[in-house]
Amino acid sequence: MVEGKIVRVSGPLVVAEGMLGTKMYDVVNVSEKKLMGEIIELKNDLASIQVYEDTEGVGPGEPVYGTGAPLSVELGPGLIESIFDGTQRPLNIIKEMAGDYIMRGISIPGLSRKRKWKFKPTVKKGDTVVSGDIIGTVKETTLVTVKITVPPGINGKIIAIKEGEFTVEETVATIKDGKEEKGIKLSQVWPVRIPRPFAKKLSPLEALVTGQRVLDTFFPIGKGGTACVPGPFGSGKTVIQHQLAKWADAEIIVYIGCGERGNEMTDVLLEFPELKDPGSGEPLMKRTVLIANTSNMPVAAREASVYTGITIAEYFRDMGMSVALMADSTSRWAEAMREISGRLEEMPGEEGYPAYLGARIASFYERAGRVKCLGSDDREGMLSVIGAVSPPGGDLSDPVVQATLRVVKVFWSLEDKLAAMRHFPAISWLNSYSLYADSLENYFKDTVESDFVKNQRTAMMLLQNEAELQEIVRLVGVDALSENDQLTLEVSRSIREDFLHQNAFHDVDTYTSLKKQYTLLKVILYFYERAKQSLDEGIPISMIKSLKVRDRIARAKYIPENEIAKIEEIMKDTNEELASISREKIKSEV
Amino acid sequence: MFKDYLTITDISGPLLIVDQVNDIKFGELVEIFLPNGNKRRGQVLEVNRNTALIQVLEGTSGIDVDKSKVRFLGREIELSVSMDMLGRVFGGLGAPIDGGPSIIPDERVDISGAPINPTARNYPNEFIQTGISTIDGLNPLVRGQKLPLFSGSGLPHNRFAAQIARQSKVLGKEEDFAVVFGAMGITFEEAQFFIDDFKRTGAIERAVLFLNLANDPAIERIATPRVVFTAAEYLAFKMDMHVLVILTDMTNYCEALREVSAARKEIPGRRGYPGYLYTDLSTIYERAGRIKGKKGSITLIPILSMPEDDKTHPIPDLTGYITEGQIILSRPLHKKKVSPPVDVLPSLSRLKDKGIGKGKTREDHADLLNQLYAAYAKGKEAQELAVILGEASLSEIDKVYFGFAETFEREYVSQDEYENRSIEETLDLGWKLLSVFPKEEMKRVREEYIEKYFKKFKKETTESITNSKLQ
Repeated sequence: MVEGKIVRVSGPLVVAEGMLGTKMYDVVNVSEKKLMGEIIELKNDLASIQVYEDTEGVGPGEPVYGTGAPLSVELGPGLIESIFDGTQRPLNIIKEMAGDYIMRGISIPGLSRKRKWKFKPTVKKGDTVVSGDIIGTVKETTLVTVKITVPPGINGKIIAIKEGEFTVEETVATIKDGKEEKGIKLSQVWPVRIPRPFAKKLSPLEALVTGQRVLDTFFPIGKGGTACVPGPFGSGKTVIQHQLAKWADAEIIVYIGCGERGNEMTDVLLEFPELKDPGSGEPLMKRTVLIANTSNMPVAAREASVYTGITIAEYFRDMGMSVALMADSTSRWAEAMREISGRLEEMPGEEGYPAYLGARIASFYERAGRVKCLGSDDREGMLSVIGAVSPPGGDLSDPVVQATLRVVKVFWSLEDKLAAMRHFPAISWLNSYSLYADSLENYFKDTVESDFVKNQRTAMMLLQNEAELQEIVRLVGVDALSENDQLTLEVSRSIREDFLHQNAFHDVDTYTSLKKQYTLLKVILYFYERAKQSLDEGIPISMIKSLKVRDRIARAKYIPENEIAKIEEIMKDTNEELASISREKIKSEV
Repeated sequence: MFKDYLTITDISGPLLIVDQVNDIKFGELVEIFLPNGNKRRGQVLEVNRNTALIQVLEGTSGIDVDKSKVRFLGREIELSVSMDMLGRVFGGLGAPIDGGPSIIPDERVDISGAPINPTARNYPNEFIQTGISTIDGLNPLVRGQKLPLFSGSGLPHNRFAAQIARQSKVLGKEEDFAVVFGAMGITFEEAQFFIDDFKRTGAIERAVLFLNLANDPAIERIATPRVVFTAAEYLAFKMDMHVLVILTDMTNYCEALREVSAARKEIPGRRGYPGYLYTDLSTIYERAGRIKGKKGSITLIPILSMPEDDKTHPIPDLTGYITEGQIILSRPLHKKKVSPPVDVLPSLSRLKDKGIGKGKTREDHADLLNQLYAAYAKGKEAQELAVILGEASLSEIDKVYFGFAETFEREYVSQDEYENRSIEETLDLGWKLLSVFPKEEMKRVREEYIEKYFKKFKKETTESITNSKLQ
């Protein structure tokens, strides 16, 4: 092993000499404290190392030990329900070892060495397998069954396979690959900066249903798609990310708290075990992996945390699962890159960010996708990535936002103004977009109703009309508008307040199924159509505005999922109320 | 034995470069002995082979290349902590400046602190009643939260912070409470205001003050908030006290940081502030919170003055990204004689949902809060519209909103510096103000609470109007 000597320490950056024989991105242990670090630059025998822990008290002359391996994560049973730091150290174990504060130089493997898992083979001795083939399963939690696959690069004939209880390090099967015999364990190791291989990439065809009305109906993300949520502080980025982590219909959720608040991670840790998955009724924690590198934890580990997270997500994708990854916030990751780049004295690009910022962001999001996995069973895995961006002052010209928008397909734009009005989720319906809208059209038609997309377009048109009309109102007042336009204003207000507005902290309102979303919107649009007719019949807008049924439309979103029929009844009542007004009008004219 | 070096090669701004040093560690504490016998303290910012870069905390004036001696102490900056700190006044680095004896340490603690393990944190959810409606009713503060005051020069943030410190209590409990106050670069008068206020109310007995005033060395300010938190952590997590930390003014702290960064010729981020400002601020702010199994807590209220009242300026911006909400003071409201001039709409407490509701404040709190916000936002919009079109052109319902915004600012936001409203009073006041609206406008309120609260107040108001008409 290479052993070098420190010559320079500047914050998280350490330079060591005598490092010939090490490679870029190799992990090293710095000083006798064994602080973990990664080589990020090599100049002759000088290596620049970003250290994942606080470097206070480290000085020139101290040793640096190479490990010869790049930064890697352990993949296997035991990931679910865990909370890791940016380099996959389990935080709950660190707490047991070091107390309430995170101390330095603690080295713990990501997966428990002691815990035994019940392994059930699905192939038998003599079977021929290729990379990616499933050889057995481990039921890890009530919600997740981990499939043990042949690691990439191994093909051959099974010469031994055992059923029983094993730790992650024990060999459960042996494969004869050419002349070599290779042991397969329950766990495998994968370098975080290298995407895990798959057979073929495919386009997303299904929607990732989130239960959030504005997202599902107006700006849907496909399973295997990418989305970003930029917004100033206080606009609700984290609440949206938490809502997605809670309700998105993925089999696995990987949540990366990257450089954000400690209390937010605590919130997730305390809340998720209490929340029930709407499908199975099991605690949501049983499908969740958490990575927490809060803002006050070392900055270099923050840089690594998004890679650690996405590698774990890819591992589950490779089993043929649908995985959703949330990264909150990618701006903090970019800032970590900027800090390290500054210490390396690299020539900066925009706003001091390194010139390779765009490339790094693009290659991160490109690890998302719907793929045909390795292996002979043609299974499909999906990895959706949703990144929050925290631009300074909410300014969307920020380099991180711009670099992100160039690669992601869905843009959920959070607006300060909406947040100040307590319109949550504060997603602007005018600026946001989803490039999956077209490719998911058939999905919505098939799984919900044939006019789902039509209704959505009508509603969007009304909202756009409203924006134009409001400009006029601002100049000349609402009375100057025609009755038809006034109706447009009323109905779009209803769409905004009764459909788009959604209370994440309300027991019923927090999640809305596609079916209920469709019905809610249909009721509002039915009111619109029917009221338009009445206007044509000469009924004044003031009477339409004061219809009793409107209060019921406003409260329809609080009707529980199993009583959707009650929402549909509102249409009947709308019709009756308007009809009775017309009858009275005709009577009075007679 | 310590080695003394006479090898200073460069002095520039707050930085020193010392050559031919041996066995120096990053972050080490340094003492510099001046030819006139004075002593200054500093910290190692970077070591490169045999050269050390030192940031001098107490100013470089009077240091020379020739005769000044540098001594490396082999440890980081430490603070002596003990219960005797209560009632005392210290300088920005923790040395007593009130003429009293020095502290006999119970412990000596490295001021840089370690990050709290997220799994060890306990979620803040105990409601603190400040007696101020805009906080209790709309942006509730909970124990362990970090809620900054965004203010501007000339706004009454000090009075507001003093009122919070004076009135804060947790309902139905008598517990050990302490205030740790850190001043960075504020004037003597501002600091004296707090000291006088604490003395008058007797709070000084329960307070620890660390003062780095405007004429004290600027670089010392970089250490002050860390010193403050070291004291707070001791009181909260060793001595089981509930600690309220007030830091003022964070803008001065950030400027000191910028000065060092500029002297190091680092690539600047926005407005010349260093790119690591976010990380640096978070290592201060994130020290607040609660820890599982510990009785005490640290609640943080940092005060910062926004240059040009601009909330997108890097300091308020990055602070807002780390803290759990913000209370914003507004100049237009201040001019309208609304006091405290809390700008309700952009203010926010992120932890409110965990601290309110049944068993904590009252069941209707969350709905009421949302409705008040929505109504005030609409009222503000109506006011804007009225400016352009005239009040007469507003629709009937907009006129009600227009009037509501006025009364809301006058009766709800405004309150006397010594008026301590209970949470019940604050909530009832909210319902009373909302009672001008028809029931259909209560879209954010659950039906059951409309029945239980809204109708009650609606009736009362209607009755009082009818009564007054009859008379």
